Amino acid sequence: MATLQTRSAARLMMTPAVLMLFIWMIVPLAMTLYFSFLRYNLLMPGMEEWAGTLNYRYFLTDPAFGAALVNTLLLVGGVLLITLVGGTLLALLLDQPFFGQGIVRLLVIAPFFVMPTVSALVWKNMLMHPVYGIFAWIARTFGLQPVDWLNNLPLFSVTMIVAWQWLPFATLILLTALQSLDEEQKEAAEMDGAGPVSRFIHIVLPHLARAMTVVVLIETIFLLSVFAEILVTTNGGPGTASTNLTYLVYAQALLQFDVGGASAGGIVAVILANVVAIFLIRLIGKNLET
Amino acid sequence: MARAISTRRKLAFTAIGWLVGLVIFFPILWTVLTSFKTEGEAIASPPHFLFFDWTLQNYFEVQSRSNYFKHMWNSVVISFGSTFIGLAIAIPAAWAMAFSPTKRTKDIMMWMLSTKMLPSVGVLVPIYLLFRDWGLLDTRLGLVIVLTMINLPIIVWMLYTYFKEIPGEILEASRMDGASLAKEIIYVLTPMAVPGIASTLLLNIILAWNEAFWTLNLSAANAAPLSAFIASYSSPEGLFWAKLSAASTLAIAPILILGWFSQRQLVRGLTFGAVK
Repeated sequence: MATLQTRSAARLMMTPAVLMLFIWMIVPLAMTLYFSFLRYNLLMPGMEEWAGTLNYRYFLTDPAFGAALVNTLLLVGGVLLITLVGGTLLALLLDQPFFGQGIVRLLVIAPFFVMPTVSALVWKNMLMHPVYGIFAWIARTFGLQPVDWLNNLPLFSVTMIVAWQWLPFATLILLTALQSLDEEQKEAAEMDGAGPVSRFIHIVLPHLARAMTVVVLIETIFLLSVFAEILVTTNGGPGTASTNLTYLVYAQALLQFDVGGASAGGIVAVILANVVAIFLIRLIGKNLET
Repeated sequence: MARAISTRRKLAFTAIGWLVGLVIFFPILWTVLTSFKTEGEAIASPPHFLFFDWTLQNYFEVQSRSNYFKHMWNSVVISFGSTFIGLAIAIPAAWAMAFSPTKRTKDIMMWMLSTKMLPSVGVLVPIYLLFRDWGLLDTRLGLVIVLTMINLPIIVWMLYTYFKEIPGEILEASRMDGASLAKEIIYVLTPMAVPGIASTLLLNIILAWNEAFWTLNLSAANAAPLSAFIASYSSPEGLFWAKLSAASTLAIAPILILGWFSQRQLVRGLTFGAVK
């Protein structure tokens, strides 16, 4: 039973966190919104003027925006597909008893702890280099022509790198969910003559559905802002072939110094992320009640 | 009834399991191996896997080429600093929400979570300009502030899910015995909450150590932590794979080990308690 005293104390204890987060979120966001309606370039200081919706019209009709939007969707979708399918298979594998299971699990989750810049550089150079890379060597060993991954398949290459980083996350969450599955239920189905495939479809998959939803939504939040991997490997190119929304806004702001345009892009990114966020909030909100 | 598992089946899964594990781990393993090679051997084709002249040369050269340990120290200061400040702000807040919830607690929690979903590019421009005007660009203080704020929601949420599991009756009993609020927190709550706080600490150090959007955009030669500094090895001036590997190995080793210890908490922390 909370007394009046503890109640006001509780309010006092929450204040710093709430206040700081509120300032952190509202002040810059309001500034971004304001800038997005200005003609404001850092190379022309003192020339700021009201521009109405001009920045938005420029940003949304820029061919780079369309390309970036498609790239963002392809990147997020590709990584989700790889990590969900791969993660499920890996979770099923790691759920089987075998020798050295614990060590293999450590090996599988390791990529998640590698900082994005390092994994991007390692993949770019030591794996994907068209002459000295391991992939090129494997291709030559089989008598194939080595692929210049980052030049010819830039978006696909970035997708591979990011998927490698996020595969452990999906695996770990699906494995956690898998291990909470009731053994007896599986055994009962087995006794009733259900084969491994139908057991997977009718028992395991429905049980994993919730964890899969969580994986999809949380990964989406992070994948919408993939940045370092692109900056280090392709710089968004060739052309805009591997530019996503985050990178486009960054380029507009810190490479072209177009504060107004970048701000409009930032607001567009915020709106897109919010659409995704609404789903996530609902899902996790439900969980909070139980 | 436990299911009998045949040895043959187990051996088959051992082979598949190790094969898959090693393929996924290969880029990391390859980085570590390459860090002990000479530059010439690093680009040898066909690649030399284990039989080469092992050398520690790269580790020395990484330090002499640029002040590597300065950047590592930046990483330490920024990740630990932002985590400890975050904990200091979040522990009271999470305590209040877990033990003295009001009608609005749930809304506040949800709102905190929603700030995490604000894409960083949405606030990149104003933060950059404010930092420029306040002299916070390329300072460790600036990065500590940013990383504290972006990880604060995760810290509050993780602590909240741990605090929720502490039975409230114990706290009430201590209150009945006349313990003051401060004593209640120090002597009763903290000992029970330490495992949760430790897990939160661990996960947040990992997240802060690897953060690479704000560190790349807000830091340069001075305050760059490893996650931003390593990017300078992408310069096209030549192939420095052995040195790149040595720098990378040093950058990921400490956090990889921490990560292996915290794999259970990782699931809980990154799903905001939705999957345990």
